[in-house]
Amino acid sequence: MKLTRVASLAAGSMALMMVASACSSAAATPAPAATAAPAASTAAGSGSTGAASAYTPPTDAGAAKGKTIAIVSKGEQHQFWQAVKKGALDEAAKLGVTATYTGPATESEVDKQLTMLQTALSGNPAAVCFAALDSKAAGALLDQAKAANIPVIGFDSGVDSTIPVTTVATDNIAAAGVEADKLAGLIGDAGKVAVIVHDQTSQTGITRRDGFVNEMKAKHPNIQVVDIQYGAGDPVKSADIAKAIMTKNPDLKGFFGANEGSIKGILNALKETGNEGKIVAVGYDSGQQQLDAINSGVEAGAITQNPVGIGAKCVDAAIDAVNGKTLPKNIDTGFYWFDKTNINNPEIQAVLYK
Amino acid sequence: MQSTPTPAPSRVQSLLKGESIQRLLALGALVILLVFFSIVVPHFASTNNYIDILTATAVNGVLATGVTFVIITGGIDLSLGTAMTFTSVVMGLVSVNMGLPLPIGILAAFAAGALVGLTNGFLIAKLKLPPFIATLGMLYVTLGMAQVISDVHPIYFETIQPSFQQFFMGKTIFGIPNIVWVMFGGAAVAWILLNRTILGRYTFALGSNEEATRLSGVNTDRWKIIVYVVDGLFVGLAGIVIASRMASAQPGLGMGYELDAIAAAVIGGTSLSGGEGSVVGTIIGAFLISTLRIGLSVAGVPDQWKSVITGLVVIGAVYLDILRRRSRA
Repeated sequence: MKLTRVASLAAGSMALMMVASACSSAAATPAPAATAAPAASTAAGSGSTGAASAYTPPTDAGAAKGKTIAIVSKGEQHQFWQAVKKGALDEAAKLGVTATYTGPATESEVDKQLTMLQTALSGNPAAVCFAALDSKAAGALLDQAKAANIPVIGFDSGVDSTIPVTTVATDNIAAAGVEADKLAGLIGDAGKVAVIVHDQTSQTGITRRDGFVNEMKAKHPNIQVVDIQYGAGDPVKSADIAKAIMTKNPDLKGFFGANEGSIKGILNALKETGNEGKIVAVGYDSGQQQLDAINSGVEAGAITQNPVGIGAKCVDAAIDAVNGKTLPKNIDTGFYWFDKTNINNPEIQAVLYK
Repeated sequence: MQSTPTPAPSRVQSLLKGESIQRLLALGALVILLVFFSIVVPHFASTNNYIDILTATAVNGVLATGVTFVIITGGIDLSLGTAMTFTSVVMGLVSVNMGLPLPIGILAAFAAGALVGLTNGFLIAKLKLPPFIATLGMLYVTLGMAQVISDVHPIYFETIQPSFQQFFMGKTIFGIPNIVWVMFGGAAVAWILLNRTILGRYTFALGSNEEATRLSGVNTDRWKIIVYVVDGLFVGLAGIVIASRMASAQPGLGMGYELDAIAAAVIGGTSLSGGEGSVVGTIIGAFLISTLRIGLSVAGVPDQWKSVITGLVVIGAVYLDILRRRSRA
């Protein structure tokens, strides 16, 4: 028994030391490094970025008629991906091509996604649309696609390679910058805000976090981003994290949730602590709970991407690539800031999903 | 039924003794952690924060209580998290999509949990699959089925939300959300089952020496299936609890919850080699995990360090368990 006591003491004190050292290092947590200068965001209004909107989609399939376009996405579970899938399959049906849609069960299964890409390439499709979970992991397979003359269209998050003929995506840095400006305006351009992100490894997680933080630093010096935490896109885990942030910062004025699961967690936390309406929350994407919260004013507003448009445009780009048309390096599918005042506008309603 | 279970009284006594020591260790660690955070981390020591910790424990506490039975028999259940999602989706289908009264939806969640448990038990007891493999398979089956029956769409409980969420998230006693009391209620039932019924005695007997138990005339296959069904009922309860926190059933969730639950049981002194464990220890283990997570969050510790520290605590707890065994032997 004596041995046990000594061991428990040792283990206990070690754990405490770990905690203590981690605490002190946390105090000096640097803000995430800037990966790119945030695009000058249009401060007012809906503002879809017009960076590469010169792209005109094809009106017929041409040489791609009846051929197969393989789409390898990040999954099917989130409603966002369901909307992308719908956009892609509808556009394919409209133009007379066959589209297949696959994706791994969760957004951390990089290896499974690569297997799916491999399977897709083995089917010798006319073109491949690929939303990489890890923008660098697919190098060998992309070379294989190039060798087989299968054009690759990147979508949602970029693929870190010169092989994709174009990338169809939301400009997340600019969108998160608009989000920062909106939140700043709502809390009087001063005070403490916190961010909950789905993860710190994916392109969307990194760009939305950095786009938001950098815009705050550059344009809103009186706003302090006091905490950035990661909730895996799980509404319950994100709620517990949000409550911990509120405990730590009783004077918190605003929250930014960087994807649907994160903002859901924030909304749950505000509800469970009775802070609805007291802390300003802004979010990303749609989903029933978020739309309800925006309609009732509990959530001030959100950025919506255009998931249906992402799906449709990647099929368009694939068809163009098969027909040998030159494509712009990036095809921006746009984003909108929406709140109680414009949620019912037709152009917003068209891109929201439940 | 014919004979009493095998372990001799002396062995039972020594088991109980060892168990209570591990429980004290876990409780001691929990108290130390709470005191440490309360002193060192600003804002941690507040009633609201303690209530947040209780709330954050509810889902994991219920799951961990269920899996404690299974682990005591020497088994494991990896399907906990996704089966929980499956039960919450079933409840959503019954109460929202089919529009049946909420109590029927709640019964359906329990039934779905029991069905998963029954399947697990059948695979393990009758088809002799190793528990790890059987429940690993069911992890994928339940994850997929939750998505099939929901058509991969979340089910929102607007139609039943006010009464449903009020019932589970309302604060009727001491300002603590009802799901916390649900967890404690479930734990109390589990304690009685484990310590005061024949089910509990056979659960321990199965884990201590299955062969001897069988030779003494106990229908071990049947009791094993019953243990997995009990585990499944707790999974159903967890499905109801998590659905009430989100006011919805989310078919994509669930993976990873099983590991938290197993960690809670292990920290609380339930031995993965079977024959030992307690509900009280498991609940303490679940509190330890959420106290650690929330404490580190309030302290602003980066996510990556939270994972490292949680992992070290699990390793430390199991190592202590091994030391204790060695010193006893």
